[in-house]
Amino acid sequence: MPDLPPPPDGSPLRVTVDLNRCQAYAQCCYAAPEHFVLHGREALFYDPAPSASDRLSIERARVSCPVQAIRVEDPERQGR
Amino acid sequence: MKNINAEGHAVVVGASLAGLRGAEALRRAGFAGRLTLIGDEPDRPYDRPPLSKAVLTGDIAPEATTLPNLHALDAEWRLGVAAIGLDREAREVRLADGATLSYDRLLIATGSRARPWSNPTEAGLAGVHTLRGRGDAAALRRALAAGPKRVLIIGAGFIGCEVAASCRALECAVTLIDPGPAPLARILGQPVGEIVAALHRALGVDLRSRTKVARLIGNETGQVVRANLDDGSEVETDLVVVALGAVRNTEWLSGSGLDAGPGGVVCDEAGYALDTEGRPDGAIAAAGDVARFPHPLYDGRPVSLEHWGHAVAQGEHAGRLLAGAATGAAYAEMPAFWSSQGGVTIKSVGLTEGADAMVFAQGSPKEGRFVVVYGAKGRCIAALSFDSGRWLPAYAELIAAHAPFPPIRVGVDLHGLAVLQPGFPEEWTSS
Ligand SMILES: Cc1cc2nc3c(=O)[nH]c(=O)nc-3n(C[C@H](O)[C@H](O)[C@H](O)COP(=O)(O)OP(=O)(O)OC[C@H]3O[C@@H](n4cnc5c(N)ncnc54)[C@H](O)[C@@H]3O)c2cc1C
Ligand code: SF4
Repeated sequence: MPDLPPPPDGSPLRVTVDLNRCQAYAQCCYAAPEHFVLHGREALFYDPAPSASDRLSIERARVSCPVQAIRVEDPERQGR
Repeated sequence: MKNINAEGHAVVVGASLAGLRGAEALRRAGFAGRLTLIGDEPDRPYDRPPLSKAVLTGDIAPEATTLPNLHALDAEWRLGVAAIGLDREAREVRLADGATLSYDRLLIATGSRARPWSNPTEAGLAGVHTLRGRGDAAALRRALAAGPKRVLIIGAGFIGCEVAASCRALECAVTLIDPGPAPLARILGQPVGEIVAALHRALGVDLRSRTKVARLIGNETGQVVRANLDDGSEVETDLVVVALGAVRNTEWLSGSGLDAGPGGVVCDEAGYALDTEGRPDGAIAAAGDVARFPHPLYDGRPVSLEHWGHAVAQGEHAGRLLAGAATGAAYAEMPAFWSSQGGVTIKSVGLTEGADAMVFAQGSPKEGRFVVVYGAKGRCIAALSFDSGRWLPAYAELIAAHAPFPPIRVGVDLHGLAVLQPGFPEEWTSS
């Protein structure tokens, strides 16, 4: 079996947050409020599959995290 | 000298978190040969922690949990097919579809699966679930969305507690049953277990500690309707979640000559798999839930860790090792996990096993936020936070340094604080 086919156009971004590392500083929540939300005092809830059209705000969130806990795969920029 | 990374065939068995991060690390370390990932699930690697949390509450779809790929893999994927055998002499992995794959380096990352309910007939009743994979979470989500009369959760470990909290977020009636004195007491000790118990009672969970389910009873259509408990009482339920921990996926290695069994795939300090004579196989490494390895922080005691961060760190370590890029240092990542239940974030660093004392080092249970430090033989071995995660890195440093217990000078001076007994319950079998 060959490599998996490339993701179709318009497929979502892929996001994970290392929640061991995350310290609930909430910078991501300011950068991309529609995709990162704090529940309670420090439970970060995030959207693991945001739309590719939101890549700018997701990228802002990723770089604003003071502990670099956010990882993103952009299907348009990365092969597998 | 020949560049070992110019060619060859790296095979990764288990296409989940540890396998994916391991494969990426092989590539990142310069491995340019063939790379194959074998996974018995049909899906591209996905993340499991949301499955007991936001997926159950319906906040995210099960399919949304696909993991990001962080480095170009240029891999061949064999998904939906299990590895069923390993021949180390021929250096071949046998697959369930009849194919064999030869390897010159192999990463074992087959993780673990949910331990099933001990009675297979009862486990087969409609409405009885376990939770490990995306399909399990989708099925449980559907059952919860249909408005069950009462959810019965068997086992108050992390997954049982998280499922209970998710059910309460959906306003489902929940009974949570565990043979221990308090939820999570086996890992966190009794004083913290009692705080977890209070949290769940405040959420409206009907918590029954020191209780076991004796039987699950079905009706004439094979739908579960009731559980009989060992204290003689009954619980009416139409949805049961069996959360009795995990079983490591090592059966496919039987006959391989590797030291692999229910305790995991035994590895040496470097991360190579050991054979039954205790000799490392320099072509094979293991990582994640399935691996058992001597932890340098804990006097080389063999441990297996079922934590997300460990699957990432050990997967990456094993990938570098198989690419010949490891520094030679033992894998010594500080154990760490998080859990969120009922809006509270519980985080831990280190390992509590063997603790003979504990202190509430900061905050207090009354405020709902605190840090507990665990000690053994006068040294700090673990720390736990409730909604106070920012303090943990400082305690991780104390643990790494084997600092004296009770700890001093993290934020406040702790001399004079009450040192408590962790009171771990006796080990019980969760059958
Ligand atoms: C519901 C849930 C919630 C969790 N929440 C948290 C949390 O909040 N915090 C935390 O730290 N950890 C959490 N964890 C634990 C964490 O997800 C695991 O530690 C992690 O998934 C381990 O990764 P792994 O790759 O080692 O194993 P796994 O994720 O178990 O992957 C192993 C893969 O190998 C496959 N496989 C098995 N046998 C074979 C075979 N013979 N051939 C081919 N493929 C095979 C399996 O099907 C699976 O896809 C949670 C786990 C679950 C199930
Ligand atoms: S910015 Fe980083 S640390 Fe802060 S909440 Fe987001 S992920 Fe967590």
